[in-house]
This record gives sequence, C-alpha cells and structure tokens, in this order.
Amino acid sequence: MPVIKDAVCSFCGSLCDDITVTVEENKITKVGNACILGHSKFVGMFEHDRIETPMIRKEGELVPVSYDEAIEAAAKILVKSRRTLSYGWCSTSCEAISGAIQLAEETGSVIDSTANVCHGPTALAAQEKGSPSATLGEIKNRADVILFWGCNPVHAHPRHMSRYSIFSKGFFTEKGRKGRKMVVIDVRKTDTAKLADKYVEIDQGSDLLLITALRSIVNGHEDVIPETVAGVPKAEILELAEILKNAKFVCVFFGMGVTQSRSKYKNGDAVSSLISDLNQHTKAVMIAMRGHYNVTGFGQVATWETGFPMAIDFAKGYPYYNPGETGANDLLVREEPDAAIISAADPGAHFPQKAVMHLARIPVIQIDPYANPTTEIADVVIPAAVVGIEAEGTAYRMDAISLRMKKLIDSKFKTDEEIVKDLTAKVRELKRGA
Amino acid sequence: MKIKANLISGRTADQGAHLEAKTHKGYFDACTYCELNSADLARLGASEGDSLKVTTEFGEVVVFAKANDGNPEGLAFIPMGPWVNAVMNPDTHGCGMPGFKGVPAEIEVTDEKPLDMKSLMKKYMED
Repeated sequence: MPVIKDAVCSFCGSLCDDITVTVEENKITKVGNACILGHSKFVGMFEHDRIETPMIRKEGELVPVSYDEAIEAAAKILVKSRRTLSYGWCSTSCEAISGAIQLAEETGSVIDSTANVCHGPTALAAQEKGSPSATLGEIKNRADVILFWGCNPVHAHPRHMSRYSIFSKGFFTEKGRKGRKMVVIDVRKTDTAKLADKYVEIDQGSDLLLITALRSIVNGHEDVIPETVAGVPKAEILELAEILKNAKFVCVFFGMGVTQSRSKYKNGDAVSSLISDLNQHTKAVMIAMRGHYNVTGFGQVATWETGFPMAIDFAKGYPYYNPGETGANDLLVREEPDAAIISAADPGAHFPQKAVMHLARIPVIQIDPYANPTTEIADVVIPAAVVGIEAEGTAYRMDAISLRMKKLIDSKFKTDEEIVKDLTAKVRELKRGA
Repeated sequence: MKIKANLISGRTADQGAHLEAKTHKGYFDACTYCELNSADLARLGASEGDSLKVTTEFGEVVVFAKANDGNPEGLAFIPMGPWVNAVMNPDTHGCGMPGFKGVPAEIEVTDEKPLDMKSLMKKYMED
C-alpha cells in the first residue's frame, strides 16, 4: 500500500509538512504525526458529510443540479449584482486565490479574506508600525524566551510548541524545553497557560495598558507605572520586563486575544513598538498565530496582485482598500452587498448575527467541500475537492514561508481553481452577450 | 437568578476538529456550552449540563453550563461558532473586526434547550 511521506497538513497556519499518510483504495486509512485537528482533516474526511452534488435553492430547498447549471446560475447572480461580496478563500491554494481575485476584478466585487475576523487588525498594525518577524525555523533554533499573548496553541495549533517553539530542540537551543522560558499572557488560565513558566492573567480588554506599561519599563521609565496595570501588580510587570530584556532572543506569538479585544489593531501596533523597544536590548520578533492554513497566502497573493492584503474593493475599476469600510462584516452590517460568493470559509458560523441576517437575505453562492451553516443560507452550492488532500497547490505558513501541498488521493470533485476559472469564463460569456 | 458576565469566544481543539463536520452532533457538542467559574455556576444555582440563556444587547442564545475554574469569576467563554455569534457584537469600530471578545452578557438558568445547527440557521432565513 502506498505510504506518502512529508505530506503538508492543510488545516492551521502551522502547516506541518511531516505528515505520513497511508492510502488504500483511494482512501486515507492511516495518518502519522498529525494532531487532533490534522487527524480529523485527513481521516475524518471519509466520515464527514461531503456536498455530493451541485445544488440550487428552489422554493426554499436545495435541489441537485448539474455542474454546468450551477456555474450558469452562479454567473448570472454575479453579472446581475451591482455590489458583490467575495469572501473567504483561505482554506484553499494560492492558485485558487489568484483566480478569485481575477473574478472579483471582472465583476467589480469587494474581495475579503477570513483575516476580517482573525488577524485583519494585525495587517493594519503591520502597516502602521511594521512587523519585525522571523521564520519558525529561526525561533526553533534561537528563541530562549517565548511569549504567547492571547493565544492558546494547545487547542488552536497543537503541534506548534513541539515543532517550532517551546519543546523543539534546535542549533542554539539544544536543551529544548529546559533551555527556554515560556511566558503566557491571557485572560483565563488556558491549557497553554498551564504549561507556562510564567503566567500573567490580565483583565479582559486591557492588553494595550499592559503593553504600554512594559514599554515604559523597557525604556527606563518604571517610575510612571501605577501599583497595578490591567489587573497585574507592578512587581509582576517589572519581573516580566526583566525576563524579556534579559533574553537572548524573544518571540512574541499573539492571537485573537490581542486582535479581537478592545483596542483591536492598536494592540498589534503596540506589540510592534514593544518589539522595537526590546531590540535596543536584545533580539525580539513577533509572529501572528494564523488560523486558516492559507490565510497568510491570501495576504501574500492579494498584496502582490492588488497592493492590499484584504478587503479590496474593485467597484471603481481599480483596487481600493479601507478595512473599516470595505471589510466583509462592515459591508454586511451596512446591508450593502446584493450578492455574495463564499469559498473555503464559513461566515454563517463565524460572523455575528447581524452580518448573517443580511447574508440570508441576498443570493449566496457557496463553493466548499463540506456542508456547514453557510450552506443553510446559500442559494447556489458548488462542491469542491479538498485542497492538500485531493488537489495540490501552494500555501503560506504563518511565518510567510511557502510550501507545496501534495495531492494524496483522486477526487471526482473539481478544484477551487477549476471552479473559479469556469465561473470567470461564464461571467465573461454572459457579459459579452449582454 | 441572573448574573452579569463578560463574554468571550474562541477556538477549542474539539471545535476545530469539527470545522469540516459542522452537520455532525460532535460539532453541536463542541460549541453549545458556556464555561464559567464554579463560583459563578453556584451563584446561578446551575450544575454542569443545565441549560443557560445568555443574553446580550445583540441577541440571546441557549447553551449548556460547564465549569472551568481557569476562568476568573465574571468571565464567560463560549467556543466560536453560530451559537455564540447569535449574541456577539457586530460593530467593528471602523477597523473591520467585529467584537468577538468582551461583550457584556446576562446569564440565567432556563428550561429551554440549545437549538441544533440547522434550526439555528433556519431562524435567519425566516427573519
């Protein structure tokens, strides 16, 4: 039986590329090295509900249609729409993302990625202040102090700590866990916090206060710090600042606790300033814990093709970007889009109720391998192959390293890349006819 | 008895493992609970598995009670998904990102049961 080594796991932004997959009769029967999330991705796919056929909603029910009918119905929605939202494109390949951007340009749509509800504020922070970074390989080989701020890799990136950070052994970090100090800052004692050498619990929503206090101390102004900041005693903040300053190499990994809490992108902005301050004393970098396995890739492809990483509006015929205006949630809450095309993401599950309410009112085209809450409000549903398992393609890891995903088994389903190409051709045909 | 809490949502491994199996009961089990400190549960007079109604300015949702003493008192956690998003803050404050953390909520015991995924989404189609 064929055993495929070094397959890339297309689940989270860690993009582990050491997965061993056993294939029997075009089914994955055994997976080595994967975490609970990866295992569910590779093996679970034979137990999950696939969308088996293209469907169109007729009299309230989704009914099976041919692929060509679905493409034509979707293209008609796009051609008729005056304000389309194209959303998602993060659990797919860079090649499909490139096609999606071309389709958005062709249809004068706004295209946004799942960063809108994830690390969008981090992109804004990077534009404000920069994002001094490193590869995960450098972290593995050099970092002796690792700070997880508002993230919980035990649950969200289960192999991050063993492959790239806390437990890994590298060139200058041959002692592994023993040679590294692990600090966790969070609002509740998570399973990650339980493993930390130093856990600092802060009041929810007060991250910016603590970052600012740390900056003051690192810059030699500890006298201005009050007795407690963000619910943390001054002595503890001083201790934390010392840990950071005395490190040989610090990496701050940060997650949704930083991007989704009050102050949003200003938190990432302040983390960047703290990194800059720490670099007066030692070496320090920051890396966002990206969720969808290729959300980083969306930012890369969109930036090289349009100049912007997300929330790109083609209505004027050229790319326009203002995330608080052209972001997917802002558009939906303002009830602006009159149609939506959604691929490789699930806003039905992951957007707040007011945005979902508007999506439910407008024609929605969904391209996805699996049925999910978005399917319940979709009008045209097109099943797709699972990228990284049934289709090859390029993805970018959270540290912006590109990796080539392999095709492991054959599929009857078209790839996102093929679907978007067919859709663009049909849109052009209809536009010519008009 | 009602308590006031600060509500946050976020990823869990179980929720993540069902990201591509959202029509399965495992996804329902992974998302339809609210974690509170046991002191908060005691104040509510609730035991694990009891139904709780979580109400915010933006809506209400019914989920099961779960104890987690890693949460400080007054902090409620519900895994990300369509249930918690029924009550989260859609306002992005002009930067694109809705309020998925830090939403003031009222929590009380209820006899109602959490809706399954399809029934929950059906409500959007009826609105």
